Amino acid sequence: MKKPYLQLSHLDVEFQTKTGVFTALKNVSLDVHDGEFISVIGHSGCGKSTVMNVIAGLTPGTRGGALVNGREVDGPGPDRAVVFQNHSLLPWLTVWQNVELAVNVVFKGRKSKAERDEWIAHNLELVDMSHARDKRPAEISGGMKQRVGIARALSMEPKVLLMDEPFGALDALTRAQLQDSLMRIHSELKNIVVMITHDIDEAVLLSDRIVMMTNGPAATIGEIEPVELARPRDRLALANDPEYNRKREALLRFLYEKQRKVESLPSGPSDDVIGDEPVPALDDTRGVA
Amino acid sequence: MSVIKAFSPQSPTFRLRLGKWLDSAVAETVLLPALGIATFLLLWSVVASQINTSLGAFPGPVQVSQQATALISEHRAEREKEAAFYQRQEDRNAKRLEKEPDFIPKIRAYTGKATYLDQIVTSILTVLTGFVLASLIAIPAGIVIGLSRKVHSAVNPLVQLFKPISPLAWLPLVTMVVSAVYVTDDPMFEKSFINSVVTVMLCSLWPTLINTSVGVANIEPDLQNVSRVLRLGRWTHIRRVVLPSSLPMIFTGLRLSLGVAWMVLIAAEMLAQNPGLGKFVWDEFQNGSSQSLARIMVAVITIGLIGFALDRIMLYLLGRVAWDPETATR
Ligand SMILES: Nc1ncnc2c1ncn2[C@@H]1O[C@H](COP(=O)(O)OP(=O)(O)OP(=O)(O)O)[C@@H](O)[C@H]1O
Ligand SMILES: [Mg+2]
Repeated sequence: MKKPYLQLSHLDVEFQTKTGVFTALKNVSLDVHDGEFISVIGHSGCGKSTVMNVIAGLTPGTRGGALVNGREVDGPGPDRAVVFQNHSLLPWLTVWQNVELAVNVVFKGRKSKAERDEWIAHNLELVDMSHARDKRPAEISGGMKQRVGIARALSMEPKVLLMDEPFGALDALTRAQLQDSLMRIHSELKNIVVMITHDIDEAVLLSDRIVMMTNGPAATIGEIEPVELARPRDRLALANDPEYNRKREALLRFLYEKQRKVESLPSGPSDDVIGDEPVPALDDTRGVA
Repeated sequence: MSVIKAFSPQSPTFRLRLGKWLDSAVAETVLLPALGIATFLLLWSVVASQINTSLGAFPGPVQVSQQATALISEHRAEREKEAAFYQRQEDRNAKRLEKEPDFIPKIRAYTGKATYLDQIVTSILTVLTGFVLASLIAIPAGIVIGLSRKVHSAVNPLVQLFKPISPLAWLPLVTMVVSAVYVTDDPMFEKSFINSVVTVMLCSLWPTLINTSVGVANIEPDLQNVSRVLRLGRWTHIRRVVLPSSLPMIFTGLRLSLGVAWMVLIAAEMLAQNPGLGKFVWDEFQNGSSQSLARIMVAVITIGLIGFALDRIMLYLLGRVAWDPETATR
């Protein structure tokens, strides 16, 4: 098989805190191949964002690390673009200028001004945001901001697109719309996508493989669930698909049985128990997703 | 009977009406401030008449407003004298030109004494010059300090040391240095002007410097990450991320600095004998005529009004530059 484009090998991440060393991640290993769509799912605070920050080059690994195209990650690079959880557009720049900022850095010297403008317009078109190009982030809705964040990331023509709960803050309808756009874009560009999510349906609908993380501290990859559904996928048709429902159930089982999150007492954040408590019937938890 | 009852302070309807009336917008913006000022004027005139100084009774509002009018008419008179002075010269030159056609006319400048309004203008010019110079130093320095934790550690003790120094302590040093360094035959500025400007600058640097560095150091981590992921160059980072996001803090600092500058200026002018409001106060104090105290009161009120106006202008500018309307109303 071909060498994986993106590799995490025996990654540990520790943080120095006031109360001592906090081990966020322990021995995380993952291979991702060209064009793969990976979802990372796990309970809040387990270390999903930390994994993403290591790949992005924002947080250094304490031991082990990330390899991209065979080279060790030692900082951010144009081959890895990030869509942040809270869009993180610069509030004082217009939609156009926000994308332009990224394009100017990546394509300075390679594309003429006219070509760059065309490229910005193309990326805004891709996420259906051309109509609001001169608006500022405060003047557009949350879903629109997230679209612009995606356009900004895509405009860097990244080999790896990292997304931290990109649709977490959106209502269900907007989210479905953006998921469809994302599937369309991914099928065109065929880049690697690593997406963190809390949403089980989203993970199954979009992913080629779903990475399930155990609870922290010292979180690691618990299971990896491949999703072998033909593309293009249609959310309505999948509702009654047995494979789709099997995957959904597997995720639910992992999150609510094996890695059941016991609400920690106010006394300390790190005494989460990995649950071997009696498990609620599956039907009780289906609604949570 | 019931009418009297309704208007007695104890009656509930009276209280209700008073309460409603006090809540209305007109009351809040016009009537209550007017009431405050009227009370102040009343107290002032009562208390003033009780205080006897060696220069007579302390001036009340009436004497002070008389002196304010007097100062303005003195200004007018002085301007007329000036116009007349130039007119006389022109007439004389014209006459002489008739007799000797190759005479080159000379106009001597008028050297009358500075009027009260001239002194106000001088003060405002001095404070703005000192403030602008201070800002030109403080903003870039604040950015450098805010961007680098190491620079911050190196500079912070010095900033903390210099910040609380009073203008009165700086002034003798500044005077000596300026007279040693600033030697020209044809000075563009008076030495006293430069002394005041430098003192104002030294004292008003700090709020802007500190606020800028705090604003720059506390840029949202998310935005810092954006900048890192996009790999913005240093200049682009400063121009596109650092400056806009710390602009509200910078302007808050500038506003504080301008307030400090104005306070310092008056003290500096008194001592440096820069022809501004401070010198006016000092001269009147030395003069010790029966009108002096009232004239000083005019100056005191003028100083307050100008300080207030400068603050409002800064607040307005802050509202204009802030990209986030929330920060403008603080
Ligand atoms: N800079 C840091 N210093 C100390 N501890 C940190 C730091 N960043 C993260 N952590 C800790 O590491 C753990 C994992 O954090 P992370 O943000 O990766 O979780 P997450 O899975 O993304 O959570 P969520 O789903 O809520 O976003 C948490 O317990 C967090 O408190
Ligand atoms: Mg997170």
